Amino acid sequence: MSEHHHKETFVTKYIFSQDHKMISKQFLVTGMFMGIIAVLMSMLFRLQLAWPDTSFTIIEAFLGSHQTNGIMDPDIYLALVTIHGTIMVFFVLTAGLSGTFSNLLIPLQIGARDMASGFLNMISYWLFFLSSVVMVISLFVEAGPASAGWTIYPPLSALPQAIPGSGAGMTLWLVSMAIFIASSLIGALNYIVTVLNLRTKGMHMTRLPLTMWAFFITAIIGVVSFPVLLSAALLLIFDRSFGTSFFLSDIFISGEVLHYQGGSPVLFEHLFWFLGHPEVYIVLLPALGITSEVISTNSRKPIFGYRAMILSIMAIALLSTIVWGHHMFISGMNPFLGSVFTFTTLLIAIPSAVKAFNYLTTLWKGNLQLNPAMLFSIGLVSTFVTGGLTGLVLGDSALDINIHDTYFVVAHFHLVMGVSAIFGMYAGVYHWFPKMYGRMMNKTLGYWHFWITIICAYGVFWPMHFIGLAGLPRRYYTNTEFPMFDDLADINVVITIFALVGGVAQLIFIANFFISMYRGPKATQNPWKSNTLEWTTPVEHIHGNWPGKIPEVHRWAYDYSKRVDADDDDSDFLHGEDFVLQTTPLLEGEEAS
Amino acid sequence: MLALFYIFIGVAIGVSFWQITRVMNLRSVIADDHDNDKQGKYFLAFTVFFYAMMIYCLLAMNVLMLPESASIEGEHDDNLFNITFWLIGIVQFIMQFLIFYFTYKYRGRKERKAKFFADSHQLEIIWTIIPAVVLVVLIGYGLWQWNEVMDLSDEKDAVVIEVYSQQFRWDARYAGEDNTLGLGNVNYIDIDNLNTMGVDMSDPNAQDDKQVTELVLPKGRKIHFKFRSQDVLHSAYMPHFRAQMNCVPGMVTEFGFTPKYTTEEMRLNPEVMDKTNAINKIRKAKGEDPYEFDYLLLCNKICGQAHFNMQMKITVLEQDEYDKWIAARPTLAEVIKK
Repeated sequence: MSEHHHKETFVTKYIFSQDHKMISKQFLVTGMFMGIIAVLMSMLFRLQLAWPDTSFTIIEAFLGSHQTNGIMDPDIYLALVTIHGTIMVFFVLTAGLSGTFSNLLIPLQIGARDMASGFLNMISYWLFFLSSVVMVISLFVEAGPASAGWTIYPPLSALPQAIPGSGAGMTLWLVSMAIFIASSLIGALNYIVTVLNLRTKGMHMTRLPLTMWAFFITAIIGVVSFPVLLSAALLLIFDRSFGTSFFLSDIFISGEVLHYQGGSPVLFEHLFWFLGHPEVYIVLLPALGITSEVISTNSRKPIFGYRAMILSIMAIALLSTIVWGHHMFISGMNPFLGSVFTFTTLLIAIPSAVKAFNYLTTLWKGNLQLNPAMLFSIGLVSTFVTGGLTGLVLGDSALDINIHDTYFVVAHFHLVMGVSAIFGMYAGVYHWFPKMYGRMMNKTLGYWHFWITIICAYGVFWPMHFIGLAGLPRRYYTNTEFPMFDDLADINVVITIFALVGGVAQLIFIANFFISMYRGPKATQNPWKSNTLEWTTPVEHIHGNWPGKIPEVHRWAYDYSKRVDADDDDSDFLHGEDFVLQTTPLLEGEEAS
Repeated sequence: MLALFYIFIGVAIGVSFWQITRVMNLRSVIADDHDNDKQGKYFLAFTVFFYAMMIYCLLAMNVLMLPESASIEGEHDDNLFNITFWLIGIVQFIMQFLIFYFTYKYRGRKERKAKFFADSHQLEIIWTIIPAVVLVVLIGYGLWQWNEVMDLSDEKDAVVIEVYSQQFRWDARYAGEDNTLGLGNVNYIDIDNLNTMGVDMSDPNAQDDKQVTELVLPKGRKIHFKFRSQDVLHSAYMPHFRAQMNCVPGMVTEFGFTPKYTTEEMRLNPEVMDKTNAINKIRKAKGEDPYEFDYLLLCNKICGQAHFNMQMKITVLEQDEYDKWIAARPTLAEVIKK
């Protein structure tokens, strides 16, 4: 394939490209664009939460007919939290994270010329693009976008009488998500097939970098669970538009009894969370995979417990599909089911703890190169632990009764999947930017970006646990109607200030990203002295990735700082340097790790 | 004032632009020993900030927390919560310290060689088994408590109350003398004749039911709640009693607890008094009326525009006061026009 180069026009190279490297950049930039919208929304509703009765010019400017004198309407507040959640979870952390790095790294790290199907890969991106366009259009419909929460529980999401956002806004939301799921499934199938079939000679499954394992398992979870959300969305479309009663029954609203009989909203909750919970791991596992790679490379040490890491990824994936009910302890489902889901949910703590301990041990006695990517990875381990631990409280049905849907939950999932996954994504961008654009990102701006972001992330979400424990429900437009929450007002102000600073600070990253793309110093072939295959390709992108033959692999990805005498830490490096490319054959008498 | 704000924004943008251009001209892009040293020390400084923040929040925000459980069933909930919270608190403090301290301690230096340490089954077995054992304890206690709360089968003496939700208000229906609720369905709603909860008035059990807009509960009796909703999902959240259950259109959901303190007794609880005083200090500064503690039922499932203000007051009385109160309520047969 490398011998015959297609003739490339501007359109085939930059727009309808079938090259995985270009598609990955398209995913990244689209994801970043959607991310900016979602972060802006969060800043707007944080203003409302901190200063509920204050007029803001910025709210007047952004919200048009959905505000009065610079104070947002309650309906649009709900729309903002809904769309913020939807965009962040699906468009940024699923497509933006998995789409970008699975596409970029799978062929490069397993030694393939491209994805199994370049054409489907292109379709996957353009469906994602289309769904993003539909989602953005939904923001401009007259009655406002979908506003029943990102979980879109019916009947609220099914009845325009119940909330204006459940009219055209909700229809577009469902259409957008249906397209998104198609994109996601095509992408995931492609990733699975590519990892299974296109590995280069010598790249056994047990020699794959952990990024590959993470993306591979993520794709499998996606294929298992996304179709269920699609069916939920389709059934909801039927209920909304064609008068069926899958999720609706016995409803009296706006002075009349509706015709729906025999459906159950609880069924929708089951279908939704059958994706909804695995989705958390679809978001998180790629970030953990990236972190494994970045921490190992920058610690100049092998990742500790490679096989245990693979096993825990698999265990997490398996468990993730049988824990969805922990979102529904108080939904009215049979309490016995609650017991089962408590049991399976708390089991997830075991593989998660193994992963956290293994990261920690990888740092121990390393020679840490504190590049921006490494900082974000360490930040990820920190937020993953903080957020993960509170999962022990929420996953326990008896305790969940009292904190379900309070700000405690908001703090928990933002830390464990939101902040952690975003940190993983940033780590990935800083680490593989030279592979994507052939240039380096600015280090100093990266440091600024990291420190402001982590301080703000903790400034926002640590105090938020406590307002949840005080009993404050989430999705309240304001809590001024409850004198018992008056003492939380100051904390809300502090949270908002951290959120605004943290949000604006992301501009540092955006500036760094786009300026470096054109003006950053040219990258060398292997800037981080890494072992993996992607750093054996030329800096300038070529079709087919390697100019000559695809290199053969002789060892695992983590032979960092391997010694002449394995038991003597003072002995010399076996290969003269503290890293050994996977393509380097074993020396005579060298033991494979 | 606004002009000043815009000037400030303008200056901030200008300065950032200037700084970013200046920094972008720095061409060193890979961390060297100098960076490693500096960043490692920043991590140490961050650890100080982080621990100060965690400890400050834990201490200073204690007064904001919900007071002790006002239901008997909730006591174990508080116990389990305390055990879990101490446990995760200790793990959090140790793990975060290690993460940041290792980052500082092993920050890169040219002459340093990383240890080649790829595997240790012993270590891995230890940190698989320890969490597993701890979890067995937590799961065991949790499931026991869950069964206690959710099991409503053998409560013959319980007071049966229906909590009824709609956008954006709560109503309640007491089962009356026979302690059995009459059938309810949205098809029976007849607002003109005051049948707002859709009760089947041909059902003999319905005649003595009593509809109210505020919950009054007798202290020390098990309350058996049945929840209904007429339009969208709502959630009946009674944080002081550690109780919550969704209200689902088309089905009846259930929950039960036994109130432990009357409202009057709860107002004298030291935790409640501290919190009330703190709130009243804030309210006084804003010139608002003082707040007096009451139990509340809040909606805790997104239900539409006024979700943020869907609440109902709960009062807990001694049994004899409760008896007087309930006797004074009219029955549905008296209220609903035929």
